[in-house]
Amino acid sequence: MSLYFTKEHEWIRVEGDTATVGISEHAQHALGDIVFAEAPEPGRQLNKGDEAAVVESVKAASDVYSPISGEVIEANQAIADEPALINTDPEGEGWFFKLRLTDRSELEGLMDEPSYREWSSKL
Amino acid sequence: MADADTLELTQTLPLDGWHRARGGRMVPFAGYHMPVQYEGIMAEHQWTRESAGLFDVSHMGQLMLTGSGAAEALEALLPGDIKGLKPGRLRYSLLLNETGGIIDDLMVTNVSRGDEEAFYLVVNGATKHGDIANLRERLPELVALEHLEDRGLLALQGPRAAEVLEGVFPGVPDELSFMQGTSREWGGVAIGISRSGYTGEDGFELSVPVSHADKLANALTSDERVRPIGLGARDSLRLEAGLPLYGHDLDERTTPVMADLGFAISKRRRAEGGFAGAERILLELEQGPVQKRVGLTVEGRQPVREGGRILDGEGNEIGRVTSGGFAPSLGRPIGMGYVAAALGAPGTPLTLEQRGKLFPAAVAPTPFVQHRYHRKGAA
Repeated sequence: MSLYFTKEHEWIRVEGDTATVGISEHAQHALGDIVFAEAPEPGRQLNKGDEAAVVESVKAASDVYSPISGEVIEANQAIADEPALINTDPEGEGWFFKLRLTDRSELEGLMDEPSYREWSSKL
Repeated sequence: MADADTLELTQTLPLDGWHRARGGRMVPFAGYHMPVQYEGIMAEHQWTRESAGLFDVSHMGQLMLTGSGAAEALEALLPGDIKGLKPGRLRYSLLLNETGGIIDDLMVTNVSRGDEEAFYLVVNGATKHGDIANLRERLPELVALEHLEDRGLLALQGPRAAEVLEGVFPGVPDELSFMQGTSREWGGVAIGISRSGYTGEDGFELSVPVSHADKLANALTSDERVRPIGLGARDSLRLEAGLPLYGHDLDERTTPVMADLGFAISKRRRAEGGFAGAERILLELEQGPVQKRVGLTVEGRQPVREGGRILDGEGNEIGRVTSGGFAPSLGRPIGMGYVAAALGAPGTPLTLEQRGKLFPAAVAPTPFVQHRYHRKGAA
């Protein structure tokens, strides 16, 4: 299992050819109280960088981009039912969607956890 | 470059350090660094509805108009009954251009003493410099306008605001009903206090010399019923209260009638006219406006923000959302916008469009959350 992050504050956890995607603790803190989240439909093909999901706080709307390419295999119903889960457990229960990876080489440009924490702590 | 310029031009308010020390997350707003939130918008919103919140609104412009004929001069620019406004009373009004468009919305208090006419105005922060230039150009020479830059402004809002204020300014809550003002000496300086605000709750606004702003904020927040509240909750509170925000729900293209602010056009002024844009405004009152500001409820949980398109049943654009967000007290998205007047009746089904997505919505009566102002004679 490997954990990666993007500069857009998504995280991606890779297990075999399955990747789980969500937003980071830093991102949820910056957004504030989250009131709405919409994950992509299973079956959707996403390219790296595509707008994949929407997250809205009381204050503003943000897009969640797909950090890598793949087919959506599961959307997290729990965040649709209880968007505040993204605030309380962004890197765990508050995940957005799962992908079946199509190009593992895309993972190479992403940050590992220590690099991301170090980088985001200075923002 | 643009960022550097913005940083340099963004000014700090008297309570800047006070906000930062309390965990305020500072953002640029109306040319100032202002706290958007402390512990979180939802919690701050609920706290204000249930207890009392302290808002720093020192970015707003505080102006003093003095001189013989000040009331008469203001009546040429505002549609309110200023001559009939008694000393110690305040009124919500609108600074109008010559075609009836809204230059700003404001509060005007009669602070005259004896024969000396004096009116204290509070105008929006983002528009204050334009307002001052506009007023200086349009007011007669005998009326002097002073920008009270040495004063901060605090708003204490919520159902427990009166109990809290009683602890710092004994007797003031009993003395004041909604839209009344007074002043008190405190720590050797004069504090102007009105029973007003922009949250829909009972509350007070306090004008304080910059030198005493920290001290007054501390005195009010030392009461455990009070917490500091940021701009984020200020916006969600005023939206639930159905109150328009200048630059979003009001601008120079909107008139008081379009904006559903007919209450600000006093009875005598309707009969007599004689204010900027009166011809158009009185005609709109008689015939109805082409477009009007309405409340909107949106189905589902996703807010439709400012700029969202408002469509009729056939998909024609009939207006735009001017404010939209999630209403913490209602647990659902709400908004305000302008629609063709024929489709402005509460209950009218509409469709909103945002980023290519359609949302079923309906015209809703405002306020969304009932006002709880303290009026004389009310329990």
